[in-house]
Amino acid sequence: MITTDILIIGAGPTGLFTVFEAGLLKLRCHLIDALPQAGGQCSEIYPKKPIYDIPAYPEILAGDLTDKLMEQIKQFEPGFTLGERAETIDKQEDGTFIVTTNKGTEHHAKIVAIAGGLGSFEPRKPPIPNIANFEEKGVEYIIRDPEFYRNKKIVISGGGDSALDWSIFLTDIAASVTLIHRRNEFRGALDSVDKVQELKDAGKIIMITPAEVKGIIGIEKVEGVSVIQNGGEEFTIETDHFIPLFGLSPKLGPIANWGLEIEKNAIKVNNGLDYQTNIPGIYAIGDVNTYPGKLKLILCGFHEATLMCQSAYKRIFPNKKYVLKYTTVGGVDGFDGTRKEAPKAVVKKIQ
Amino acid sequence: MNPDISLKIIDRDGVLHEIQAPTDMAMNLMEVIRSFELAEEGTIGICGGMAMCASCQCYVKSNHKLPEKGIDEDMMLAEAFHIQDNSRLGCQIQMTLEMDGLEVELAPED
Repeated sequence: MITTDILIIGAGPTGLFTVFEAGLLKLRCHLIDALPQAGGQCSEIYPKKPIYDIPAYPEILAGDLTDKLMEQIKQFEPGFTLGERAETIDKQEDGTFIVTTNKGTEHHAKIVAIAGGLGSFEPRKPPIPNIANFEEKGVEYIIRDPEFYRNKKIVISGGGDSALDWSIFLTDIAASVTLIHRRNEFRGALDSVDKVQELKDAGKIIMITPAEVKGIIGIEKVEGVSVIQNGGEEFTIETDHFIPLFGLSPKLGPIANWGLEIEKNAIKVNNGLDYQTNIPGIYAIGDVNTYPGKLKLILCGFHEATLMCQSAYKRIFPNKKYVLKYTTVGGVDGFDGTRKEAPKAVVKKIQ
Repeated sequence: MNPDISLKIIDRDGVLHEIQAPTDMAMNLMEVIRSFELAEEGTIGICGGMAMCASCQCYVKSNHKLPEKGIDEDMMLAEAFHIQDNSRLGCQIQMTLEMDGLEVELAPED
């Protein structure tokens, strides 16, 4: 079991900055995120796009903002459970919480801070009528282990980087790779597009464009897909696996069932005080929360994280006296033994 | 001059809304729909308006001459679901006087 002071759900900018503010109060943090990397939307959706309203940064790329935050919190040694989704929460008799992920990883914390943005990123599922019947029976939306496809016939659908990159990668593993896309054009890194062209010319990737998978054929498991190409007659391709790769979209997910007050797909919080939810000890900060006048801005998330940490401290240490200290005055003492501080003035006589 | 234009929006439940949208606030169609709360928050404009998701997809019902699709919008629509010939991303349609009378229907949520 992972133990920590503040368990942060969501490793986007708000969640990451929480680690810093908590660290100043000597509270340790652990973060859970469904994505395999930190940064949330900033790293998943728009890492190369500029942001212009981060105070003191006239312009910063979303990916760089993530890198800077990771650097800023490094000395507070945050723990990460990445690629797992927070599934259940159990309040203990002593007021602490145990949060368990979809993979069964348990986290024990005094405070839970939900910084989940728009929710956890889930694969987008194409609206094929019978697709749900074949999930885990030959339909996979995420490739977890490429070896799973060794000597199998596979059909990949999609037109972005992941469809291209996996098609390339799996040519050496699978018995056959068929790539189906609604257009002749693909949106991906130039290298990947060129490589797919090369593999297609060499007969290693079967390309069917412009086309769309309309149905799945099989009894117990996937045996084929039915395809319409260029508005023509529907035809069948035999396959063992159908892998639709249409990117990810955020869904609030299991958090919606935690007994928290939800309004407009967001968690209601007390913004007059500390961004606590209707369950004492559970806070919601950043894009995931709502209150009168709420703005979904990264800079607002930073502010909310800061107030939330102060409240968390008082909850953990109700009888301890504390006053806010400026980092310029107090310096920053990391859990890793490092110390950052303002250089001392030198007093020296001039003769 | 009145900078407002009239729009007809059919929401995801099939209900028609006739609204007045400003043209002087640099808003796009997705933002107008959000400002009138015609789609549930969190189900539209997820990427913020970068043509990087298709949560603001709509079907254009009137014969307005719309701005050409940019490459980002075109490629996003190539991967979107529930696509029709008249599909566009609302975030890529700016509110200008030429859009007066525009009628659109919101595409289903993914």
